[in-house]
Amino acid sequence: MKKSDLIIIANKKFNSRLIVGTGKYKTMKQCAEAVKISGAEIVTVAVRRVNISDKKKPLLMDYIDPKKITYLPNTAGCFNSRDALRTLRLAREIGGWKLVKLEVLGDKKSLLPEMIETLKSTEVLTKEGFKVMVYCNDDPLMAKRLENAGASAIMPLAAPIGSGLGIQNKLNIKIIREQTKLPLIIDAGIGTASDASIAMELGCDGVLVNTAIAQAKNPFQMAEAMKLAVIAGRKSYLSGRIKFNIFGDPSSPSKGVI
Amino acid sequence: MKVKNKIKIQLNGKKIQINNNESLKKLVKRLNLPLNKVAIELNKKIIDKKKMNIIKLNNNDIIEVVHFIGGG
Repeated sequence: MKKSDLIIIANKKFNSRLIVGTGKYKTMKQCAEAVKISGAEIVTVAVRRVNISDKKKPLLMDYIDPKKITYLPNTAGCFNSRDALRTLRLAREIGGWKLVKLEVLGDKKSLLPEMIETLKSTEVLTKEGFKVMVYCNDDPLMAKRLENAGASAIMPLAAPIGSGLGIQNKLNIKIIREQTKLPLIIDAGIGTASDASIAMELGCDGVLVNTAIAQAKNPFQMAEAMKLAVIAGRKSYLSGRIKFNIFGDPSSPSKGVI
Repeated sequence: MKVKNKIKIQLNGKKIQINNNESLKKLVKRLNLPLNKVAIELNKKIIDKKKMNIIKLNNNDIIEVVHFIGGG
């Protein structure tokens, strides 16, 4: 393995292959601490109205410094291209962010992505100079279309957002891996550390985790577990695993047995 | 009587009254909003924060002020 194994997204280099979401934490302090422990260098954030009546409410930027950690604004809660574009244009205006996470949902119950609107949005955003990391279905053909539309990263789901089910379709993830040189990041559906390792062992470049850390009984410990799982999975992938064998193969030499 | 000098605008979904011809910059300053941490939209158009002093607000204007919060 190379000494430095960096992930490059839109020409920017990162050491950590774990991206952490900042939602669903009990407090911002807890969130900031979990992010620190996870070693993540990119965090996703949502764009929402400022609370005008309660100005003393703490701001995320006061807890997680955007100069040290890359903010990845998302379009969570958007169910069409128009709203997603509006959200990301606003996000860019807050502080010049061009690297964004596009997420257009199609169904409130399953939270599965609406891929036609996602594709349309990717085309527009790319033309406007955004670097778009695209949350998408685990569909290799659609992933290819997103790539052709100029996406900066392909981010297929493992399973529905917040479900914790882990990777449901390994085959499709493998096919997407085979066909693209873009950063491939599993987004949504990770439940526990081994899910993250599996994603990395399949050859993904990174994993995005929110609920699995934020809602764990001990978010700090889970943040560390995810960090280690991603590293373990990556090393395992790069090491080249042994072939499957339905029969046994002794680990000790048979010669010289007494 | 006072009403004549006031206009109604909508700010982040809430209807409020402000002085007629109040500039956007003045409103933002009065509300003590951290300019470097927000984006502002006036009637669905994003506002260049540097040009806020020349923008006078009109009756029924809709303003949205957004920032980053925790999200996945």
